[in-house]
Amino acid sequence: MRNILAICKRELLSFFVSPIAYFVITGFTLLVGFFFFNYFSLFLRMYQMAPYLQMRGMPMPNLNQTIIEGVYQTMLVILVFLVPLLTMRIVAEDKRRGTFELLLTSPVSVSEIVLGKYLSLAVVIFVMLAITFIFPLLLIVYGTPEVPPILSGFVGVLLCTLGFASIGMAVSSFTENQIVAGVSSMVTLLLLYVIQAPAESLDGTAAAVFRYLSPVDQVQDFVRGVVTLKSTVYFLSMIVLGLFLSQRALDALRWR
Amino acid sequence: MIEVRNLCKSYGDYKAVIDVSFTAAKGQIVGFLGPNGAGKTTTIRMLSTFLPPTSGSATVAGFDIVAQSDEVRRRIGYLPENPPLYGEMTVEEYLRFVGDIKGVPRASLRSRISEVLERCFIVDVRRKLCQHLSRGYRQRVGLAQAIIHEPEVIILDEPTSGLDPRQIIEIRQLIKSLGRDHTVLLSTHILPEVSMVCNKVVIISRGRVVMESLLSELSRDKSLEQVFLESVSREEVVDAAACVNQGA
Ligand SMILES: Nc1ncnc2c1ncn2[C@@H]1O[C@H](COP(=O)(O)OP(=O)(O)OP(=O)(O)O)[C@@H](O)[C@H]1O
Ligand SMILES: [Mg+2]
Repeated sequence: MRNILAICKRELLSFFVSPIAYFVITGFTLLVGFFFFNYFSLFLRMYQMAPYLQMRGMPMPNLNQTIIEGVYQTMLVILVFLVPLLTMRIVAEDKRRGTFELLLTSPVSVSEIVLGKYLSLAVVIFVMLAITFIFPLLLIVYGTPEVPPILSGFVGVLLCTLGFASIGMAVSSFTENQIVAGVSSMVTLLLLYVIQAPAESLDGTAAAVFRYLSPVDQVQDFVRGVVTLKSTVYFLSMIVLGLFLSQRALDALRWR
Repeated sequence: MIEVRNLCKSYGDYKAVIDVSFTAAKGQIVGFLGPNGAGKTTTIRMLSTFLPPTSGSATVAGFDIVAQSDEVRRRIGYLPENPPLYGEMTVEEYLRFVGDIKGVPRASLRSRISEVLERCFIVDVRRKLCQHLSRGYRQRVGLAQAIIHEPEVIILDEPTSGLDPRQIIEIRQLIKSLGRDHTVLLSTHILPEVSMVCNKVVIISRGRVVMESLLSELSRDKSLEQVFLESVSREEVVDAAACVNQGA
């Protein structure tokens, strides 16, 4: 446990001494803020037109559906591009500058290295998402949304981001080049993001599989306030898979 | 303390280390001497459990480097060829981190840090970022890192490279003082360094050990210089001569 915490602490120091974490967090907050106010004005617009909508028998605008769902889903797109910036250096940099030789010849296990590094990513991600939680909080304070879906949606986005980070870390473990790690994780996450596309031309089990693999659909469940075992298992498996692959990559290094 | 038996390492088809065997007893300072590309770093990386051997075996502090690598890691201090520093940490932060992962008891960590800071002459740079250190200071921080947990066996890959003459003298003094209660294996391509610091020499050339001898036995009939030139192969005499002429 001491090893895991020591490694996590060291990684956090790197994140906040080098400006990467600040840049990513600031960028994320700005982007999410931008989209929040966009969805907010869209909602206002729809609200003004409410009488017409009512006359034609169309549904009334809904705070949760319009703003919360929109913002949470947009966050996923932004995260596909920003999470790799956080994860690309996490292992690759150690390999390139030779500090890996220190870690691998110290009495720490590969799993402790992996968990320590992942924990540091989890902390940065939690801070990043917690800051943008200000926007939904504004709605709760000044409006009358349904609160539980806002909270469960946040948990869904958090789990999804942790999954993305785990995959990004695995990619970083396979190379010593940060740029290669960054670009490959972006491509991987983007592919994952659009993976339900083939489902439209397929049917039956195949379509269901592609739909199940899509983080968009899984987060949607959380955003609607239905926290199912299925989506929770989905995100946890993504996290475990990434950790497992990182572990394998580093084990292979030790016994190359 | 260190026992190496027929250690081999191949990189693909290239045999970097061939059938290397030697021993280092407790309290000895062993100089691992050889020209560039002889296989010193490769051997040292195997002994420090960073690289697995292709064949052969070795024990360090009584434990097998492959089967009991965890036990070996607990008992060695290792300075790699390039000091493994984290540029964005200060020297003190870095040493605290290394102390943590090497398992130095929390209660004594602070005193261990101030002791190695003093022993390696880096007290005045302790608040500096590692990335702002000069080559010689990086080397000393690397050395401090290797001894912070008072390991039984200390393995140093070219500990004096990049140092100025005064620093070389100080670091050699330090290594000598370490030899009193630790076993030290240090690699070098500077011949006079061996006669000044070590009490045993192992000469390696083109991946093979060509000589292993206590310094006390050696100087009786021949100088180390002669032995070295005779033992490395003819084609390498130019390389070898360079080793002899180098250094303080
Ligand atoms: N990762 C590697 N892949 C392929 N060949 C390697 C690798 N590492 C080392 N070698 C080769 O193995 C041989 C021995 O290298 P090594 O680094 O052990 O030499 P050395 O004795 O430490 O030399 P130096 O005094 O220059 O540090 C060299 O010919 C080197 O080119
Ligand atoms: Mg070398």
